[in-house]
Amino acid sequence: MIAEKSTITHNLLEQLQKHAGKIAFMPDAEIVSAIRHLESKGVPNNKHEDYKYCNIESVLRKEFKQVEQELNTLTSNDITPLKLEEAINLVVVNGNYSEALSEKMIVKGLTIKSLTELSSSEKELLSSQAKSETDALIALNTAFSGNGIFFQVEKNNVIPMPVHIIYVNSGNSNFVTNARNFTHIGASAEVTLIESFYNIGSSKVFSNFVSEKFVGENARLTCYTFQNEGSLSYSVNTNQVKVSKYSNYTNNTYTLSGELVRNNHNVELAAENCEAHLNGLFITNGTQSVDNHTLIDHQKPNCESNELYKGIAKDKSTGTFNGKIFVRKDAQKTNAYQSSKNILMSDDATINTKPQLEIYADDVKCSHGTSTGKVDTEALFYLKARGIGEENARKLLLQAFAQELIDKIEVASLKERVLHLFEKAL
Amino acid sequence: MISIKNLHASIGEKEILRGINLEVKAGEVHAIMGPNGSGKSTLSSVLAGREDYNVTEGTVTFNGKNLLDLSPEDRAREGLFLAFQYPVEIPGVSNINFLRTALNEIRKYHGHEEMPAKDFLALVKDKSKLVELDSKLASRGVNEGFSGGEKKRNEIFQMAMLNPQLAILDETDSGLDIDALRIVANGVNKLKSKDNATILITHYQRLLDYIVPDFVHILYKGRIVKSGGKELALELEAKGYDEIKAQFESLES
Repeated sequence: MIAEKSTITHNLLEQLQKHAGKIAFMPDAEIVSAIRHLESKGVPNNKHEDYKYCNIESVLRKEFKQVEQELNTLTSNDITPLKLEEAINLVVVNGNYSEALSEKMIVKGLTIKSLTELSSSEKELLSSQAKSETDALIALNTAFSGNGIFFQVEKNNVIPMPVHIIYVNSGNSNFVTNARNFTHIGASAEVTLIESFYNIGSSKVFSNFVSEKFVGENARLTCYTFQNEGSLSYSVNTNQVKVSKYSNYTNNTYTLSGELVRNNHNVELAAENCEAHLNGLFITNGTQSVDNHTLIDHQKPNCESNELYKGIAKDKSTGTFNGKIFVRKDAQKTNAYQSSKNILMSDDATINTKPQLEIYADDVKCSHGTSTGKVDTEALFYLKARGIGEENARKLLLQAFAQELIDKIEVASLKERVLHLFEKAL
Repeated sequence: MISIKNLHASIGEKEILRGINLEVKAGEVHAIMGPNGSGKSTLSSVLAGREDYNVTEGTVTFNGKNLLDLSPEDRAREGLFLAFQYPVEIPGVSNINFLRTALNEIRKYHGHEEMPAKDFLALVKDKSKLVELDSKLASRGVNEGFSGGEKKRNEIFQMAMLNPQLAILDETDSGLDIDALRIVANGVNKLKSKDNATILITHYQRLLDYIVPDFVHILYKGRIVKSGGKELALELEAKGYDEIKAQFESLES
């Protein structure tokens, strides 16, 4: 097994190195250490507790033995349908920021640039939150990082419209992308950031995204993650978030398609009186697998976290929710709530849920709940007894189940897009 | 309108209906009374198409069609309505959206166009008055957080909206105070016409003071053991079920 593990990781490294150029913005020491960690650990398989239901090694063995990196060039025609009308649309193609395809708009307090344009002090921020030693996929991204976006809101600025980053992959043969983003929200600043993920080529992609997000004091960052990558996409989406005093971080994740989607959402509540809200909705069909892993690390007193994840698994698909909450010794008066609710639509579908609470403080309020079941047969009969056909009755009930998560979307065009795709997937 | 012949039904191994015969014509109101466990709710569930029950023998003809062959939704579309004894709460599905979907599916089944939104809302307004249902309840989730009385009134409101040919009211009087009972009964009476029919399933005579039946049937141990006019209910009220029980104790169970 060990031999095979190193073979798969080694093979991937070899192939990527063949195609990779020099990454100017990442310090050499980080790259060297990333490769070392990757070689020693190997990409995770199902023996790894955190990847029990998400065997990355097997995906790489089955689907990405040969990686050619024949990437497509995209035009604005490819991007137009992916844009959201009331947002500033930025585009990252195969991991690299495309200024040409992005909308140019000068907004006070907003800085958008590629990672190669970072100043030396800004460069030091990279890898300050996403550390190679914690996860082999962060290491993989660090070693082969694309030239992604540095997104900054300077202190005291409220950005009046949402910013939408479209991450789009497109290739001609099996390929791997490592998009990277750093988001820095200054003190007392506010912004809404939408990150959408697509694969529009005809080839399979292993998309390994890492985003580091820093929310400064008294700031507010509201994020939406929209995933509609289709059946050729295998993606890992890692968010490493650090939240400061009096600030508020929210992420709502909507997963509508993707053969394999793994979301690692790790949030440090690193100072007093801050809060994090993580919510997610997924619907899977066919043989898809969606795996939401969250970690909320309550480090200081008087912080709050809320999590609500809902999923609908059809056909032979799999949904997983693993929610870890740490309450450290110092973190008195913590409020932490977590809930995961799922509906199984077929006998062959699978749901795995695992709440993990580790509490080291003694004056805290923490709760978690999880439920998995089928569509309520009593409710179904009630609807049918009024003349509503089986299919519509089911749809009404599933829409009702998802509604509270769809209602969290405050950007109209995004809400419409999610609703449309959700209804289509039912 | 509906003709039930020798209907036998069981749940699991247990036979609950053991040969029901009943004929209901347009314009008639029938009351089915009986002690607990006699099979009253089973009869309404079997007619509405609840899947927990197995029909082992007998036939049910509804407007010339074999009712037992139809899915629950097709029975409703053909004009059968069951007012539930325990209406189900469905949070997240609004009453309005639910009723519009139901009404339009029924219309579609009969080859009619969807009802225009304006007409639909006018109908909602009109029919909610009939059972004095607060119009605010219409935008809430189906039965969500409704009181017992509101749930029962909502059943009659739905019946008014869908305008069925045959309404089966399953213990609609249970859990109602006297005012709510009067409102519900008043609604049912107003909906009565020469073209439709009503089956009242009840334990008590009380409801029959308000909705006067043409026929009363006593159900015991899965069979109709006695039929008569409205005076039968009064007799039952005076004597209780004990006499019936004693008289028909010999029926094998």
